[in-house]
Amino acid sequence: MGSKEAYKKAQAAARVRGKILKTIIYILLVIWGVIVLFPFYWMILTSLKSYGAYNSEYIPQLFTTSPTFQNYLDAFNTVPLGRYFSNTIIFTLVTTALMLVVIVLSAFAFSRLEFKGKNVLFTLFLSLMMIPNELVIITNFQTITNLGLRNTFLGLILPSVTSVFYIYLLKENFEQIPDELYKAAKVDGTSDLKYLLKVMIPICRPTLVTIVILKVIECWNSYVWPRLITDDEAYFLVSNGIQEIRENGFGRENIPAMMAAVVVISVPLIILFLIFRKKIMAGVSRGGTKG
Amino acid sequence: MTKNKSKAWLYLLPALIFLGIFMVYPLFDVIIYSFEEGYNSASQTFFGVGGYNFSYVLHDPYFLQAVKNTLILVVITVPVSTGIALLISLGLSSIKKLKELFQTVFFLPYVTNTLAVGLVFMILFKKTAYTEGMVNLLINFFGGNSVDFIDGPYWAKMFVLCFYTVWVVMPFKILILTSALASVNQDYYKVARVDATPRWRVFTKITLPMISPMLFYLIITGFIGAFKAYSDAVALFGTNLNTAGMNTIVGYVLDMLYGDSGGYPSYASAAALILFAIVLTITCINLLASRKNVRY
Repeated sequence: MGSKEAYKKAQAAARVRGKILKTIIYILLVIWGVIVLFPFYWMILTSLKSYGAYNSEYIPQLFTTSPTFQNYLDAFNTVPLGRYFSNTIIFTLVTTALMLVVIVLSAFAFSRLEFKGKNVLFTLFLSLMMIPNELVIITNFQTITNLGLRNTFLGLILPSVTSVFYIYLLKENFEQIPDELYKAAKVDGTSDLKYLLKVMIPICRPTLVTIVILKVIECWNSYVWPRLITDDEAYFLVSNGIQEIRENGFGRENIPAMMAAVVVISVPLIILFLIFRKKIMAGVSRGGTKG
Repeated sequence: MTKNKSKAWLYLLPALIFLGIFMVYPLFDVIIYSFEEGYNSASQTFFGVGGYNFSYVLHDPYFLQAVKNTLILVVITVPVSTGIALLISLGLSSIKKLKELFQTVFFLPYVTNTLAVGLVFMILFKKTAYTEGMVNLLINFFGGNSVDFIDGPYWAKMFVLCFYTVWVVMPFKILILTSALASVNQDYYKVARVDATPRWRVFTKITLPMISPMLFYLIITGFIGAFKAYSDAVALFGTNLNTAGMNTIVGYVLDMLYGDSGGYPSYASAAALILFAIVLTITCINLLASRKNVRY
């Protein structure tokens, strides 16, 4: 009898210990969650405060009773946020589209076509992945400047239309398509290009979607190259646009309007993320790097 | 067959052209630049060949400041972010309720614009004549004195930079570690439970060895990423990082190239090559260390 009692006691104690541990875990996770979310809350909150209200708060308030959308109007009217926005959309779409063409063609060549020196060339391609962007950016800056392409979309786009990593990713995926399909298509007299467009691309759509999403995120957030290559506001993207707003926009520090601009810039990617959450996270764990 | 051969090169042509112009050629060019002394961007002339650019950069106080900042950043953020990410991932993998919600929230910083959110951090940490700032309010609440983290003392600025860097790199680390933890064979844990192995022993003898390849992958990419820090610093302290005393090595390279202090691609190249050498060395050391400690 006694031993059964003791067993029950031990079990209860273990359960309590488990509960305490679970609680600690949840507290830890909630703390980090607050740290992650607070800046987002703060930017939305501040963007809804009026200029006067914000500046009269010596002690910042954690909520606002009279939200206003005036800051959003200011963000679009007093600084060219709309222009930055449309520039970034153009830049992102064109870069991603061009990159898709380039990488699909070369991934196809590497996975389906036979030619001399294929393996050597592919190894060379892979070794290019080790080269940091910081090393090549100096010459690229000179090249684009010498070509007279500063402050043009072409200058912004050209250096980022190839990605060795995405070629590699796509080639791996292409190679999983059985040979038989290709042979059957050849017997039917289908051309390589038609086979690529009608068979390989539809089959590999999930990988392509992942690549597109990752590239869109990269383009939307790119800062270093746009800053180097543009000094004319007409060609600013959102990243160097927001920096410009911070340093020269809105006259005397109009922080609520600045925050409205920050919200406008952040929202598209957050929406994209919430829609394609699973795909983005899977894609990033396969090939994303940031820090 | 010859037709097929030329066709393959045709398919590869766009990639070859772009990689050639923007990757391969610059690689050689940057080395050439770094040895051309007194290169002038405007006239594209130089008057000598030698190692002067390297010695100039290595004696430039701004570069030394940048190296110091970058090293502090690396030494602090890599262990801190990896450690916290491991803790959070362990927490995530041991709960069921709300797991997806937490994962989604934790991933948010990955998809945000570094420059834009950095501005929010600046406002949270800044102390002006008009407002104490949110973080200082918190410090006051706990009985501390307020500090201006953006224009104040060096350690305060370094703290914000490290804090923001950790905030930015966490999503990637949490994601990788959570999936590494999920892929550990559950049978090991079942056996451990039958043997009533204490939690700590389970962690050090099963979990840690099983996820060690991914952990080392994160440490290596973390080192590389932290050495290239730049945008985070710009987001917090503005484009004039030298004045703020918060420049990083990449920031130094870009400043040499462009902007008020720019026009010196030779110095920029020398600094970039020094950075590359540092990163390469550290990566090799990391790889050697991982060979000893990682079980694949």
